[in-house]
Amino acid sequence: MRFDGYQTDNFFDEMFTQSGKPREGAKQLVQRLESLDEGELLERQSAAEQALFRMGITFNVYGDSSGTERIFPFDVIPRIVEAGEWKKLESGLRQRVYALNLFIQDIYHDQKILKDGVIPLELIESASSFRRQCIGLNPPRGIWCHITGTDLVRHTDGNWYVLEDNLRCPSGVSYVLENRQIMKRTLPQAFEACNVLPVSEYPSRLLDMLQFVAPEHIANPTAALLTPGVFNSAYFEHSFLAKQMGVELVEGRDLVVADGHVLMRTTKGFERVDVLYRRIDDDFIDPLAFRPDSLLGVPGLLDVYKAGRVALANAPGTGIADDKVIYAYVPKIIKYYLGEDAVISNVPTHVCFEPKDRQYVVEHLDQLVVKAANESGGYGMLVGPHATPEQRSEFAKRIEANPRNYIAQPTLSLSRVPVIVEDHFEGRHVDFRPYILYGKDIFVLPGGLTRVALKKGSLVVNSSQGGGSKDTWVLG
Amino acid sequence: MLSRVADSLHWMSRYIERAENVARFIDVNVHMTLDLPLGSVEQWDPLVATTGDRDVFVERYKTANRENTIQFLAFDQSNPNSIVSSLRFARENARTVRQFITLEMWEHVNKFYMMVNSSTAPLRAVESPHDFFTDIMMASQLFLGITDATMSQGEGWNFCRLGRMLERADKTSRILDVKYFMILPTVGYVGTPYDDILWGAVLRSTSAFEMYRKKHQQISPDRVVNFLVLDREFPRAIHHCVIEAEEALRAVSGTPSGTFQNQAEQRLGRVRAELDYIQVNEIIRVGLHEFLDGVQDKLNAAGQAIFDTFFALRPIDGAVAMKKGLHP
Repeated sequence: MRFDGYQTDNFFDEMFTQSGKPREGAKQLVQRLESLDEGELLERQSAAEQALFRMGITFNVYGDSSGTERIFPFDVIPRIVEAGEWKKLESGLRQRVYALNLFIQDIYHDQKILKDGVIPLELIESASSFRRQCIGLNPPRGIWCHITGTDLVRHTDGNWYVLEDNLRCPSGVSYVLENRQIMKRTLPQAFEACNVLPVSEYPSRLLDMLQFVAPEHIANPTAALLTPGVFNSAYFEHSFLAKQMGVELVEGRDLVVADGHVLMRTTKGFERVDVLYRRIDDDFIDPLAFRPDSLLGVPGLLDVYKAGRVALANAPGTGIADDKVIYAYVPKIIKYYLGEDAVISNVPTHVCFEPKDRQYVVEHLDQLVVKAANESGGYGMLVGPHATPEQRSEFAKRIEANPRNYIAQPTLSLSRVPVIVEDHFEGRHVDFRPYILYGKDIFVLPGGLTRVALKKGSLVVNSSQGGGSKDTWVLG
Repeated sequence: MLSRVADSLHWMSRYIERAENVARFIDVNVHMTLDLPLGSVEQWDPLVATTGDRDVFVERYKTANRENTIQFLAFDQSNPNSIVSSLRFARENARTVRQFITLEMWEHVNKFYMMVNSSTAPLRAVESPHDFFTDIMMASQLFLGITDATMSQGEGWNFCRLGRMLERADKTSRILDVKYFMILPTVGYVGTPYDDILWGAVLRSTSAFEMYRKKHQQISPDRVVNFLVLDREFPRAIHHCVIEAEEALRAVSGTPSGTFQNQAEQRLGRVRAELDYIQVNEIIRVGLHEFLDGVQDKLNAAGQAIFDTFFALRPIDGAVAMKKGLHP
C-alpha cells in the first residue's frame, strides 16, 4: 500500500510535510510500509484487531445497553514524536506537574496564591473538586498528584498545546503498553529501524512510586489497586496494572478499617494494606468523609490516611488542579511558583466566569468548543462549528445559568496522522496523552496514548465517542 | 490471597467443568439414540433431569426432543446451567480475577465463550453434534492443561482444583443416578445387547469406557457402579474427585490428613472417609439412588462450609485482627 494519493489537506500532518514528503523521523517508517507486499498491511491490521479481541482488551461504555464491553479500535500506523520535540515536551510536562503539585499544597494550606490575587478565591470555593476535608492535609512526601495524564494537541501552526490536565485517575496507559506489544508483532522491521524508546518500564516505575509514598517505617509496604469493580469502564486497565505490578486488585468490599489500619480480607484472615492506588473518585472513596451513599469505598479510609497509616495515590483533593476553569490559570500558576514561563502553552481559553469572556463566548458559539468544568470523556461538551443552532442556543442558556461551570476554546485544527481506510490511507485528527509519575523524581513515560478520531473530519477522539488509538513512537 | 479472588477462581473452574459435563451428556445421548432399536422412545427426558432443571424445561419447551434439549442445555441464556450460561459465568469470574490468572488462561476462557456464543454455533450443534460437543470438551480440557502449565500451583491453583473436583464429583453422581433410573423401568432390556448399550453409554458419558474395560472387561451394573463411585484412580470417579478436592483443601490450609481445623475440612474429610471404606454391595443394599443422593447432599454441605470458611465477606472483628499479628 502506497502513500501516493495521500492528502494533508492544509492540516499539520504528523507524518508528511505540506509538500507530501515524509518528515525526517517518519522516513524509515514510510519506506518500510511502502515496501510491504500488496495486501500485507491490511492483513496485519486485521491480525492486530483479532489479537485485541482475543486478549479481551476492552472498555465498557456507560449508557449502552447493547453490551457492556467494546474493543477500543486500533490503527496499526504508528504516530511518531521526534527526539528533539520530545525533549521539549518532557521538560514542559515536568514543569507543569511540579507547579501543579505546589499549587495544590498551597490551596489546602496557606492559600498564598489566592491572597496574592493571582486566582480569585471564589473560583476555588465554588469548584466542585475542592475538598474542604483536605484542608491542612499533609500527604506523604508532600506529593499530591502522583499520576497525571496530560492531554496535548498540535495545531496547524505546528506548536503543541496543553488541552487538559488530568490529575484524577487518568486512564489509558494500559492501551499504551498493550498497543506497543501488538505493534512489535505487527511491524517488527519498521519498529527496529526507528529506534523507538521503550514504554515497558511503566508498571515497575508505578510500583516504585507507590512504595516510595508508603508510610516510612514500613520495610516492605503492601500496595494494592482499588477499583470500583468489573462494571467500571476502565476495569480492564485496573486489572492489567495490578497484574503488571503484581499487587492485589481490591474492591471496597475487600477492605475494612480496623484498629487504625486498612485491612484486606484474605482466605487466611486480614492483612494490612499500606498504599492504595485508587481508581475511585474522591467522592466515593470513603462514605464517612465524602458521599455517604457510596458503596464503592471504604468507611473510615480518610481517617487512616490522615493518621499516616495508609497512602493514597492520587491524594484526595487533587482534582482542584484539574478543574477546567483552573486550567486557564495554569500558565500564571507556573509563573507564580516557579518564576518561569510555561514551556508548553495552554490553548487560549475563555473563562465564562469573567463577564467579558462570557459575552464573547455566547456571541461566538459557532466558532468555539465549550466544555463543562468538571466533566471528562467528551461528556457535557459542545463543538460549536459542528452543532445545530438549537444545540448552540441550548448551550448558551446553560452558560448563562451557570457561568462558573464553563470555559470555551477556539476549535483547534488538530494535527492528523494517516490511518488505514479500506484499501488506502486517509488523514485523521489525533491528540496525545503522555503519562507522568511523581515519586522520588518526576518521570515522564517516553510514549503515550495517541487517540484518533476515526470518523472522517471528526475532532472528537474520546473512546466513549467512537475514537480509536494508535501506538506512539517516541524516537531516541 | 483475597477471599473474593479465591471465590472467583473456584467458580471459574467449576463453571468450565460444568460446561464440559453438559457437552458430554449431550454427545453421549446423541450417540446412544442412534444405537437403540427404531421406534423406541428417544431418551432425551433423562438428560434434562440430569442437570436438575426439569421443571424449567417443561415449562418452556413442553416436549423433550433432540432440538429442544440441545437448545435448552447448550444455548439457552435463561437456563443458568446451560453451556453458554456456564461459560458466561466462567468468563465473568475470570474477568474479575484477570490480574490473578495467566494471560493464556484468560485468552482461552475468552475464546471458549466466543466459540459457544457465536451466531453459527446452534446450527452446528444440531447438524454435527459430535464435532461441536467434542470441541467443547476439548476446550475445557485445554483450559485445564493451560492452567496446570502456566499457573503457579499455590493457593489460587488449589482453589481452582477444588472447584473443578467438587463439580465433577457432583456431575458423575448425577449421571449415574439418572441413568440408573432410566434403565430401571426397561427391564425388558436386561441381558440383551441394549443393556450393554445403556451401561456403555453411562460409561461413555464420563469418558470411562476404555478405562473400565481395562479394569473389569465385561460390563455389569455393580461393576460400573464400583468403578464410577469407588475407583481411586479414574479421574472422573467420585472417590477420586473427593480425594483430589480434599488434597486441594489441605494444600491451602496445611492441615495434616486425618485431622481438621475448620468445618470445610471436617465435612469433606468425612465424605472421603466414607468413600475410602465403603464397598459396592453396601451401596447396592442401601440403594444406589439413596446413596448418591446422600453424597450430593454432603458435597453441597461441604461446598457451603468452604464458602463460609474462605470466601464469605465476614464482618471485621477486632480480636481476629489482633490474633493475626497485624501489629508488629
